Amino acid sequence: MNLDALLQGTDIWRGGRLSAAVKAVPSGFTGLDALLPGGGWPQGALTEIMMLHQGIGALRLLMPALARLSQGDRWICWVAPPHIPYAPALVNAGIDLSRILLVHPRAQQDGLWAVEQSLRSGHCAAVLAWPTLDDKVILRRLQLAAEAGDALGILFRPRHFVQRPSAAALRIQLAAGIDGGLSVSILKRRGGWAAGPIYLDTSLYTHGPLALHSRATTATGSFRSQWQ
Amino acid sequence: MPVAAARALAHDLIIQPRDHKAEQAALHSLAAWSYQFSSQVSLYPPCALLLEVQGSLALFGGRVALLKKLRTGLVELGYQVQLAGAPTPLAALSLARCQREQMVEQQHQLAAALAPLPISVLDWEQSLLERMDGMGVRRLGDVLRLPRDGLARRLGRQSLLYLDRMLGRHPDPQTLYRPPTQFKHRLQLSSEVEHAQVLLFALQRLVLELCGWLQGLGAGVQTFGVALWHRQGRHTSLCIGIHKESRDAKQFTILLRERLARLELQEAVIAVELRAGKIVKLEAQSLDLFDKTDVRGGVDLLDRLRARLGEQAVKGVSAVAEHRPEYAWRYSEPGHSQKDSNGQQRPLWLLVLPRQLKTRNGRPQLKGELKLQAGCERIESGWWDEQDVARDYFVAINPSGSCYWIYRELSGERHWYLQGIFE
Repeated sequence: MNLDALLQGTDIWRGGRLSAAVKAVPSGFTGLDALLPGGGWPQGALTEIMMLHQGIGALRLLMPALARLSQGDRWICWVAPPHIPYAPALVNAGIDLSRILLVHPRAQQDGLWAVEQSLRSGHCAAVLAWPTLDDKVILRRLQLAAEAGDALGILFRPRHFVQRPSAAALRIQLAAGIDGGLSVSILKRRGGWAAGPIYLDTSLYTHGPLALHSRATTATGSFRSQWQ
Repeated sequence: MPVAAARALAHDLIIQPRDHKAEQAALHSLAAWSYQFSSQVSLYPPCALLLEVQGSLALFGGRVALLKKLRTGLVELGYQVQLAGAPTPLAALSLARCQREQMVEQQHQLAAALAPLPISVLDWEQSLLERMDGMGVRRLGDVLRLPRDGLARRLGRQSLLYLDRMLGRHPDPQTLYRPPTQFKHRLQLSSEVEHAQVLLFALQRLVLELCGWLQGLGAGVQTFGVALWHRQGRHTSLCIGIHKESRDAKQFTILLRERLARLELQEAVIAVELRAGKIVKLEAQSLDLFDKTDVRGGVDLLDRLRARLGEQAVKGVSAVAEHRPEYAWRYSEPGHSQKDSNGQQRPLWLLVLPRQLKTRNGRPQLKGELKLQAGCERIESGWWDEQDVARDYFVAINPSGSCYWIYRELSGERHWYLQGIFE
């Protein structure tokens, strides 16, 4: 067996190269996808997004992926969002509103239950949640639920959670970039080391759906060519 | 045996008065349940049911499969079962009464199969049975061996007709049971129950009856109601909604479990009751054609969330063609959304209520001074319904880079407000 054949094997992991076998949903941002295993948000896994401030574009970062997922027949479930997800803006981002599910539990425990059920059900393409509890066991459960339901589990967390250990497959930290852009640092990813920060121009995504679509398509296209 | 004598034999005997009304109700609910296996069900009180199953064999995959379904179903409902089958109703009843779990398939085998049964199994008058016993006629075989004209003389025509029906020599039309068009079953609990979760066990039995009844009707429901009866005629009502009409007992049970989990019982429960909501025609085949997303767990996520969190806790969202930002959206039923948007730049978060901003030197502040971005959008609308707005909207960024949607009132105090966040 020569070296080339050996390197073709799927059981060989090479440092510095991310596993392409991971299932992922392209984020729509070329720069970010290149850093993420599988080339996007990890599907069937938890992603933790830590941010220092609100209003810097954490949701905008997800919009291209959510727009893509909303074209399927599974729900995009928002459990206990801190504000009203504003329908006109979602439409502008290219999201099919009929796939949006809003869940408003009264108690925090019910909230975690709803997140776990939604992730596990297999009926949700993505589950978005804003848990403030710091509990390793719960995160582990949610990670398993996301695997079982093949869902994109997204947890938005205040920045101080950066220090906490976590079972999430991907952990990223956001900060405001220049001109309304976003600075993204990858704290943890599967099969790779921490990376970044990289700067993304998310300001575009507050505009109309046309701009968004063309952008998302180019992003995926260039991502593919990179790997072929 | 008198009660006193029974007590003498067994000290720890518990005496319960026989409740004929409850027995009758139980037989009726069993008839409703068994209607799923045959459209020809007859009641034989106090404790027998007759089902014409020849026509159902193909549907249920043959005799063995059908009997197995019947038996497991009845045991799940909490009953003891004696199943027997025969070409004639009376023969089947007699075999079952004698606890002979026998299946006689052909009419010519009937006489031989019935011969060992005691004559007490016949619905004949006691005096007649005693007379026969006196003659040394103890088993059905003995009766059938007697010459026919002699029998007619001694037994009377009615009894002879009875035998002819039993052996299939004479037709035996049955009074058929008609299932009620409403389902409302009640189950008295043997002890007072304080714990909601324990109730699930009792309710499960009613759920099985409900689903059997629905199966018989070829129907499903989108809601069902539960009443938990307390002492002094008080009760607690629950309503369970199902996203898509169904008659899946497993699904109903899971939804009930979730609903009961968030129930706080104020009083002990002495009886439970289950009512079907509006009945929807549901073809048999649609049950097999599962939604591909429904395979996991078999319970719709929406139903499960609603059962536990309440109907109002789960919503969809619509965009509405309306200039005033607070009216440009509304909650809607999940999966049914309007998507009217005017394509204007809008923030992904909208505040439930606009929040007044502090100002310094006339400039709005939010964790530092807000820098207004170029471009102001004036919204003046709603004068017709007295909820009119007159505002200038801006995109504003504070020193930490947070991006907000704020407005200034065009009249009155001309205050600044925060209404959205460009998250």
